[in-house]
Amino acid sequence: MSDTWDFETRLRQALAPVEPPADLELRLQTTLGSLVELAADELEAWELRAMKDPRNWPRAALGPAAAVVIGSGAAAGLVVLRTRGRRHKRRALSRNPLELAERTLRDVGREALRVFHDVAR
Amino acid sequence: MDSASDKARLDAAFTELYRAHLRDVYSYSYYRVGNHHDAEDLTEQTFLQAYRHFERAQRESQGRPLRPWLIRIAHNLAANYYRDRSRRPQTTIDDADALPELHTTEALVEHREDLNRILECVRRLPDDRREALIMRFALGMDNREIARALGRTDGATKVLLHRAIRQLEELVQAEAGTEAV
Repeated sequence: MSDTWDFETRLRQALAPVEPPADLELRLQTTLGSLVELAADELEAWELRAMKDPRNWPRAALGPAAAVVIGSGAAAGLVVLRTRGRRHKRRALSRNPLELAERTLRDVGREALRVFHDVAR
Repeated sequence: MDSASDKARLDAAFTELYRAHLRDVYSYSYYRVGNHHDAEDLTEQTFLQAYRHFERAQRESQGRPLRPWLIRIAHNLAANYYRDRSRRPQTTIDDADALPELHTTEALVEHREDLNRILECVRRLPDDRREALIMRFALGMDNREIARALGRTDGATKVLLHRAIRQLEELVQAEAGTEAV
């Protein structure tokens, strides 16, 4: 019995909880917050362009309602997940941090529009 | 209550959730993937997924703790991680930072060797047994929480844990015997 107890104590020590990096919490918060804003900005620009084309008027009319959905956590999460999926490729293609940031922003915009299209469909 | 204040309340609840369980999700991820870089990725993805489904989870939890739900998300993502990239857990944990410090050098070395041996044997356990041990010993989850995270009954979880500990003990003893020869 004491052997088992001793083994469990050692096991508990071996599997000690691991502290996450200090910046992880902040990064996660920032990622969620900024991507919700980016998604909303992209949508605004898309809506303005779309209004010039009569074929898009029915869909543009759905825009405000869809934008509310896009701004919601669910859609933002989807944008983040899809954008993150290509981060290794972006890193490989970028020559410097600025270019990486630009590519990331472009991907975010593209994914926000895709999510919007899915919602508006 | 209007939708804006609903959203604010939901966001505040989510912030509270990840502050309370960031270490749990990170520890679980770390012991699953074996390195800090992928553990960070897995942790981030877990919380982003959780954020997408948080409202429903909160509604359906009926006041029960959401930790098992979070760990289940991490568990599923970790499974995808291995499947998509054809990876297995790395042979050793990145570093031994998490291991406790002892006072004498000799004791420290022996103790670290012992704990590393245990970790190495944990890695060799079948997936479900390894998962259950990580949840119990790294996260301090009780049987009921582990059962919810793994989608099993309380009884089945108790048996799983018992067998996992027994098998691990045998593996560690065999390993120590081999090293002594």
